[in-house]
Amino acid sequence: MFSNILIYFVVIPLLMLGLLAVSQNMKQIRAVAVTGSLALLGLSVYLLTDYLSLRAAGADAPMLYTDSWSWFAPLNINMAVGVDGISIAMLILSSVILLTGSFASWKINPHPKEFFLWLVLLSTGVFGFFISIDLFTMFMFYEVALIPMYLLIGVWGSGKKNYSAMKLTLMLMGGSAFLMLGLIGIYYNGGHTWNIVEIAQGNLIDPSWQNFLFPMTFVGFGVLGAMFPFHTWSPDGHASAPTAVSMLHAGVLMKLGGYGCFRVAIYLMPQAAEELAWIFLILTGISVVYGAFSACVQTDLKYINAYSSVSHCGLVLFAILMLNTTAMTGAIMQMLSHGLMTALFFALIGMIYGRTHTRDIREMGGLMKIMPCLAVCYVIAGMASLGLPGLSGFVAEMTIFIGSFEHTDTFHRVFTILACCSIVITAVYILRVVGKLLFGPVYDEHHLSLTDATWWERTSTFALIVCVAAIGCFPNFFEELIKFTFSPQIFAVIGMN
Amino acid sequence: MDYSQFFAMKQEIGLLVVFLLVFLYDTFMPKRALGATGWVAVGLMAIQTLFGFCPSVSQSADAFAGMYETNAITACIKNILNIGTVIVMIQAIRWSKQDMVVIRRGEFYELILLTLFGMYLMISARHFLLFIIGLETASLPVAAMVAFDKHRYESHEAAVKYILTAVFSSVILMMGLSFVYGLTGSLYFSKIAGAIFAEGTISLMLIVAVAFVIGGVGFKLSLVPFHLWTADVYQGAPTPVTSYLSVISKGAGAFAFLVILWQVFGAVYSDAWEWMLYALIILTITIGNLFAMRQKNMKRFLAFSSISQAGYIMLGIIAFRGMGVAALMYYVLVYIFSNLAAFGVIGAIENATGRVSMDDYQGLRKTNPKLAFTMMLAMFSLAGIPPFAGFFSKFFIFTSAISQGSVAIYVLVLIALINTIISLYYYLLVVKAMFISEETPVIPEFKSACSERFAMWICVAGIIGLGIVSCVYNGLLDMVSTAC
Repeated sequence: MFSNILIYFVVIPLLMLGLLAVSQNMKQIRAVAVTGSLALLGLSVYLLTDYLSLRAAGADAPMLYTDSWSWFAPLNINMAVGVDGISIAMLILSSVILLTGSFASWKINPHPKEFFLWLVLLSTGVFGFFISIDLFTMFMFYEVALIPMYLLIGVWGSGKKNYSAMKLTLMLMGGSAFLMLGLIGIYYNGGHTWNIVEIAQGNLIDPSWQNFLFPMTFVGFGVLGAMFPFHTWSPDGHASAPTAVSMLHAGVLMKLGGYGCFRVAIYLMPQAAEELAWIFLILTGISVVYGAFSACVQTDLKYINAYSSVSHCGLVLFAILMLNTTAMTGAIMQMLSHGLMTALFFALIGMIYGRTHTRDIREMGGLMKIMPCLAVCYVIAGMASLGLPGLSGFVAEMTIFIGSFEHTDTFHRVFTILACCSIVITAVYILRVVGKLLFGPVYDEHHLSLTDATWWERTSTFALIVCVAAIGCFPNFFEELIKFTFSPQIFAVIGMN
Repeated sequence: MDYSQFFAMKQEIGLLVVFLLVFLYDTFMPKRALGATGWVAVGLMAIQTLFGFCPSVSQSADAFAGMYETNAITACIKNILNIGTVIVMIQAIRWSKQDMVVIRRGEFYELILLTLFGMYLMISARHFLLFIIGLETASLPVAAMVAFDKHRYESHEAAVKYILTAVFSSVILMMGLSFVYGLTGSLYFSKIAGAIFAEGTISLMLIVAVAFVIGGVGFKLSLVPFHLWTADVYQGAPTPVTSYLSVISKGAGAFAFLVILWQVFGAVYSDAWEWMLYALIILTITIGNLFAMRQKNMKRFLAFSSISQAGYIMLGIIAFRGMGVAALMYYVLVYIFSNLAAFGVIGAIENATGRVSMDDYQGLRKTNPKLAFTMMLAMFSLAGIPPFAGFFSKFFIFTSAISQGSVAIYVLVLIALINTIISLYYYLLVVKAMFISEETPVIPEFKSACSERFAMWICVAGIIGLGIVSCVYNGLLDMVSTAC
């Protein structure tokens, strides 16, 4: 079992849990959190290079490093693992954000030990989800990742945290109720197996059942992807969550939704996707535009970015539903880009809030003079968000819209144009915040005595900025990584054109 | 008469021996040795539990011209009940040392063993006469147990409510059985089933009879709309009795229900009782959940939670065939551990401080972190959160229900799934009170008795282990499919 490299993505977090449980003071807790997440990052980078060399050497299975250990044998449930380029991209994203999140919660208070225990449990679920190719274990890890949110927001959050924590948990679990029904349906109508690769390669699900199961799974994951009208947990949840949790949640957990929509709903049920995509295109199109408009009128920094997440994550689902190689490549890029950039945003907001004790943009101003380092980082994050070339947002959105425009019918064109408008609206709310918050006169003279970023805050933000710029400058590399999954032979196998 | 047929009833005889030994110990031992009565009963019951796992016990056999039958499945469900009973008995030790209870301590353990004997008969009966005997043996002593706190008014009230509903439900059940007898001329399960099958058509009389039988057993299982006694009885009864009622009685009743519905009325499943059961399940789960949301008393809260859990157990009946039986047994097993963990914490807090309100649990994490943690595990398991056992049992019961494949079952499971979200809400309320609430804790720091901690450790081990360790469910499924 331990000869497979992937299993260590679950083993390391479990070891971290054990070590955290016995650690005595803040130093040990930080040491465990940083070492563990560095180990995970190293592991995922190693996996990346190894994967690329395997592909270069001609490996052509849809998933590599596959392995399967029998678990509930009578029901054919296995602990099956395997990754392709998309999963690896997500693993790297998760480990980067876990690492930077640990730095961002360097001085978390109170109960630091329990905070990190729940945080690491959450990431156990995340990593387990991305390495699984068995629907049962995938679903199990998915729920493991959801439930710590309740306590993380409830205990360490701010504002109306009780309400937000409960709303978030119930809505996400509500989504997973649909998901569970969908997955059990897939098992019975997909040849009595839970293995994604087997179902996809055999195209085992009967088309009439696909039309029922596709909406179930797509809505199930779509709730986590903040699809309209199931997005309302996201603003409240993000606004109340502590910094590192907002980072992980917007950066990684919402990607579980997009990844799941692709990996389960579309990968396994291509015919239904073809047939029913229009319904969800309308919904995600609304998410994209509505999220952006909502962000324009918010005054709380976290609400602004939460609504902007709704808009950007909506774009991920929107692109996936275009069902062509270019748009889907763009969707994966957008997941990476949005994950890193939102994590950066939330980290910065957390740092600013920690100093000014307000997140209301009307009560702040001129921060560029007071904390230049944080302010510059904020501008960079903003530029990435509105799609400045050279940063990640540009390549992702560009690819998505080019891919979407490949459809020649009016319906797709109209919705693509509508979604394109969101870029303009994004520019409006980003520039509004940057102008009000960072430039202009200092609003409150008490703010003049505030300090700039500490070393751990710089580590956290600079690491994220480097990643954002890396995607923006070397998009080819990431395209190389994920293109195999979207290559024609795989599409042919799963019945897509 | 051939007396050797008594050897078919190995587990019943074992239980009677345990009962007699406890009775003799309690009656004839000197007063200074009586302090150990509880542990003696627990020890003997543990031996009986282990005895149940002997290979010879699970051999199929029948007695009394087919009135009694035992096989691997019945032996297994009896073992599950044994395990639960042992845990309840351990939890009761501290309570039974209270001043008002201590002189009647022996009676408590004897009554528990007697009711368990009745449940054994319910499970193994293949003739309605034996079934009724078992049912009455299982319910009448419970009334005495419910009234055990002589000094508390609520305890009496609960006992009266319990005995009236028990008698009333028995009457309804027997009314139904008299119809069945009139229609088929027999009380043997197999002969009734044969006569119904030979009849071919469904008479209105038969549907009424089935409805009466379902109603009668539904009272015992507290299915909605036969649930009205549950909350008051659970609240009034002493906590160990409540926990016994909520898991052991329910588990035995559910299994007996499954046997009756399929072995007797299996031929008229889709014509007579499929829709009745659908309606009962939807009502039970939904109403149990909706009422649980508003409860402040922890025992009442768990009463409504257990009503809705009974609804989930019923899903296993719809999915008869091997998978359904295995899923039902597994669900009952997991439910025993989860619910007893919750009752263990409630009992420990009640014994130490006398408090049972959810408001008193505010900030429990600060004063008694281990109790709060156990309670949280229990709540997560009851709500079906992975990686705890409750998730697996829910998943398997849904999977087995859907194996039937009709569209209606998908709708039913969807309703059940949406209800798990409602239930998650109120289970999280407890977690919120203990972990998130910032009010000053009401319950001071205290050390629970060693027996209470021991029982909680068993439950926590079960909650964590039963799911991840797959051999429990795999074993159950293998056993059921070879026996069927």
